[in-house]
Amino acid sequence: MLDKKEANRKNLVSLVAVLAFLAVVLLLDQIIAPTSKLYMLLTVLQKGSVYALAAVSMNLLNGFTGLFSLGHAGFMLIGAYTYAIFSIPSDARDTVYQYFDAAVRVSLPEVLGNAIGAFGTALGVLLAVLLAGLVAAVFAYLIGLPVLRLKSDYLAIATLGFAEIIRAIFQWKKLGPVTNGSNLLKNFARCSTFKLSLGGATVSLSTFVPVLIATVCIALIVLLVNSTYGRAFKAIRDDEVAAEAMGINLARHKMLAFCTSCFFAGVSGATMAMVLSIAQANNFKSAMTYEILLMVVLGGIGSISGSVIGALLFISASEWWLRGLDSGSFLGITAPTVFRNGFRLVVFSIIIMIVVLFFRKGIMGDRELPEALAGLRRKRAKKAEEVTGRE
Amino acid sequence: MSLWNTVLPYILSGISVGGQYALIAVGYTMVYGILRLINFAHGDVFMVAGLMMVYFAAAMPLYAAIPLMIALTVLLGFTIERVAYKPLRTAPRMSVMISAIGVSYLLQNLALYITGGLNKNYPQIPWISDKVTVLGATTTRVTVITPFLTVALVFALVYLINHTKVGMAMRAVSKDFETAQLMGIRINNVISVTFVIGTFLAAIGSLLFFSNYPGIVPTSGAMPGLKAFVAAVFGGIGSIPGAVVGAFIIGISESLIKGLDTILITHGAIAEQMDFSTFSDAVTFVLLIVILVFKPTGLFGEKATDKV
Repeated sequence: MLDKKEANRKNLVSLVAVLAFLAVVLLLDQIIAPTSKLYMLLTVLQKGSVYALAAVSMNLLNGFTGLFSLGHAGFMLIGAYTYAIFSIPSDARDTVYQYFDAAVRVSLPEVLGNAIGAFGTALGVLLAVLLAGLVAAVFAYLIGLPVLRLKSDYLAIATLGFAEIIRAIFQWKKLGPVTNGSNLLKNFARCSTFKLSLGGATVSLSTFVPVLIATVCIALIVLLVNSTYGRAFKAIRDDEVAAEAMGINLARHKMLAFCTSCFFAGVSGATMAMVLSIAQANNFKSAMTYEILLMVVLGGIGSISGSVIGALLFISASEWWLRGLDSGSFLGITAPTVFRNGFRLVVFSIIIMIVVLFFRKGIMGDRELPEALAGLRRKRAKKAEEVTGRE
Repeated sequence: MSLWNTVLPYILSGISVGGQYALIAVGYTMVYGILRLINFAHGDVFMVAGLMMVYFAAAMPLYAAIPLMIALTVLLGFTIERVAYKPLRTAPRMSVMISAIGVSYLLQNLALYITGGLNKNYPQIPWISDKVTVLGATTTRVTVITPFLTVALVFALVYLINHTKVGMAMRAVSKDFETAQLMGIRINNVISVTFVIGTFLAAIGSLLFFSNYPGIVPTSGAMPGLKAFVAAVFGGIGSIPGAVVGAFIIGISESLIKGLDTILITHGAIAEQMDFSTFSDAVTFVLLIVILVFKPTGLFGEKATDKV
């Protein structure tokens, strides 16, 4: 058993590590120019944080509560659209909704920005992100009422179906005044425009903001998982009947896990809109859910730090490291006939199949990073001891 | 024009599409009946069968291309089972499902690499692509023969399952995996036979399905695959007649939704286009959720009991 002091020390270490990471990201944001070769790192951090949050929120459901849901893309779509709709500035609204008469004419960042200045703009963006999560959670509640009674595969296929229904509704022409039909939403508050003016200097926040949002949300999920609710979720995952016998209200806890997970999926959808600076329903297909699921599997089902690592590896491999496979030369080998468009994804999916078949526990299994590091340290100490023992 | 005349063409094309879904749905329902696995890769196998046909038809005459396509599709189905599902026989069900999603991802990316993401034109197959007139509606011959071919194939399959030794083994395995093994049934052979039959029907289905469409892209298999799975769930998963009935219902409702605007406008129910056709894919899932909520085991499904 850990005593309280030890636990406090560990929490402090984690906190310092997270703050240091955020500081490094903020610094990188300043020193890497868009022309630099390392600019890819920033792109990976932006997209990676979006997917990390999505993967962690999916893991909360699939890994911690044992509810196998495949509706994530749908909830991210709701988040992305809510964020976009409520943050398009009023003078850009008519060019965005060129075929419709826009019904929603409130832009949160603009309204608050006019009222209380630059701080208000930031607050408005934040509120729009929160709203995105809340709308996704409300949809999740309504969908959860009929669907959460289903088990395993049936739940998976029903949530997948709901995601497709949501996608169709958002593309419906009759809802065009709100959703812009099948046309994309753009010109809303996006990452590339996030800056902070301090005296004379401008501080770029385009990578820092999505990373910060993801970090805060993931921290909240960690707190939830470690709370009594988290323990109840794990009990439901391990044995529903036993959990119910121990007095856990199954319906309530399942619904809570589903809504929380979808809330964070909505937030990650909003962040995705922010990063990509467009929102279009057609991008949120079930293929996106599958990708997020594969990230979770890569990192280890039931490990939050695993999902983060999985998402970051997935994004850096597919966007950055394996790029050469698409453009002719990779690791110094030049073979334009083999290394052409699409080869990267083939290699990548083979790697994923190898992980799925032979390393079923993923990178982290169900352990968390601090635990894994401590284990590694112990192993090394033991080895060193053996060596000294032999001498 | 009477209501019947406006609706008939949509019902006819719905029956045809339903027949194609039925051929895919049988593969899903058989695999699920035996392995309790949603074979997410089945729709992509169907797409690969279509692409193979495109490449083979360009290289050789049709009478050689079609059998070769069917043979290679069956081989693909067999290989997928041996490589991606067999090693996970004792793993939790979710691992196998994830493996299926991984295979589907791999097949789509492979198709993307080989085709370069371009739309490939499906070859014209003489006779079945000809135009014919049925009950006053003009359509292609494939539309007409699909339901009959489907029903014939399904009857053959039901005969196989009920009256042959391998069929008896299949029924035993789907009833109780472990006991069947104890009785000396070679589980792996039975499962392989199931995949061979399933992919064979998917290959025929792809021949009929893509003849009706201008082209194939790597994601062409995903939606028909999902719909066929929904059809299997709708009819009660594990039941072959159920899958066929479910597929016809889904095909017809999808086709009716596509034509709902035209039907309603011709009969004065609505004044302008409502764009209901946006929901032609979504309606499948609405049906799925309705049936799951009211009759979770599907139309013809057996009641499953949960043992603690």
